[in-house]
Amino acid sequence: MVFEQTGEVIRAENLLRGEGWPVRVMGPPPEIRTGCDLVIEFPLIEELHLVRALTAAGIAPLQVVPVSGPLLAPVDLYQTTDFGDHLMVRAANMKITVAKGDLRIVNVSGGGCPDVPWLASQLVGCTLDTAPNPRGIGHTLCGYALALAFEEVRRQCSA
Amino acid sequence: MLGIVGTVPDADLGLLHGPARMDGGRVTVAGRELEVQRGTPALLAAALQVAAHLGRPEIHASLAGDTGRGDGSRHLYDWLCRHLPDCICSVLVFHYLQPDVDWHGRVLLAIEQMTRPPVLIADAGFMYAAKMSGQAGRYDCFTPDLGELAFLADEQAPHPFYTRGFILHESNRADDLIERAYRHDNAAIHLLVKGATDAIVARGRVVDRVDAPSTPAMEAIGGTGDTLTGLLAALCAAGHDLVPAASLAARANRLCGALARPTPASPVSELIAAIPRALADLGLPATPA
Repeated sequence: MVFEQTGEVIRAENLLRGEGWPVRVMGPPPEIRTGCDLVIEFPLIEELHLVRALTAAGIAPLQVVPVSGPLLAPVDLYQTTDFGDHLMVRAANMKITVAKGDLRIVNVSGGGCPDVPWLASQLVGCTLDTAPNPRGIGHTLCGYALALAFEEVRRQCSA
Repeated sequence: MLGIVGTVPDADLGLLHGPARMDGGRVTVAGRELEVQRGTPALLAAALQVAAHLGRPEIHASLAGDTGRGDGSRHLYDWLCRHLPDCICSVLVFHYLQPDVDWHGRVLLAIEQMTRPPVLIADAGFMYAAKMSGQAGRYDCFTPDLGELAFLADEQAPHPFYTRGFILHESNRADDLIERAYRHDNAAIHLLVKGATDAIVARGRVVDRVDAPSTPAMEAIGGTGDTLTGLLAALCAAGHDLVPAASLAARANRLCGALARPTPASPVSELIAAIPRALADLGLPATPA
């Protein structure tokens, strides 16, 4: 399923996963890439159910494209740097740094899409418990990568 | 003149074009003050510090308000296509913009119509679009960090988000990634690779490495890569050739870190304030305008 905005893909993923559908966020096939894209991969036989649920939620896909070959998968590797009083986690091109003492987000770096500076302004200064998850407020692949880094640093700090 | 193109995280900004100024740490474009946290305003602030120090204050900024929906970037792309052919600038930097292959191609066509071809530098989202479009070789310089270098090296990835794991694992082997990026025509003529050791690359060959002074906390600070690109662009606009400008920019950026002695929680503005002293320590005395 192809959407107009990456933010809609993220909302659709959250909705469909919340209802238990086996969907995955992936990279679009080469013929429909524009630059900063995600698509939702799903079993074709479920198209009617899923499009109905998304349309009811106001996030109907722009188009549904059958694919036969493998799609690009999002990054799933994390790199952690321990600065002593601070912990930094990187996912793809995005890095988030928290103070170990009070789990406050002290910096966000990396990325190249325009929501990165805006997301940084929303996150820096918040604790991991009170900060908005970039998955819910981001719009781009950099925003999604920041969400992965955010969720990973939260996992590490709660372990 | 140096032209800087990018976005500002303010959905209400619209389009903003005009001369950039710095006065007492405040950055203004066409009379409007910008908050310098990271991103294009940090690049702009660093460039303005260099320009003021060297007495060459001609910087023009073309900015759009964009918080990630891409509307501002598309308005700016459209403006660039209509106005770039009439612009005169020696160096043109493209920065935080929504990656869009179609618009990227149109902007390149507009650049071809300029009377004198400028030195082209791309970083951040516009660099992603340049690589994805297969036109990386049209640029004089890209300024990737190691994660972005891995993306340039992955001939299949349309965005750093999709860089394949076996290549990301190589991110501590910059030379291999550089070779792979050039082999697949996904690098600019020059690269300034930002990392624990900065690498300056010309046509696939590493011509300089800069690893001192070292301030590891800088990697965590949002905007330190942007300031490096700003330093490079302003030094090029001041008449330095690209390779020596890249070496000097890398040394100056690192020296700013050493002078500011930041923690991972420091804002980039503390490093930007140290630029004049860093340039002077590197043998570039302040020059009156």
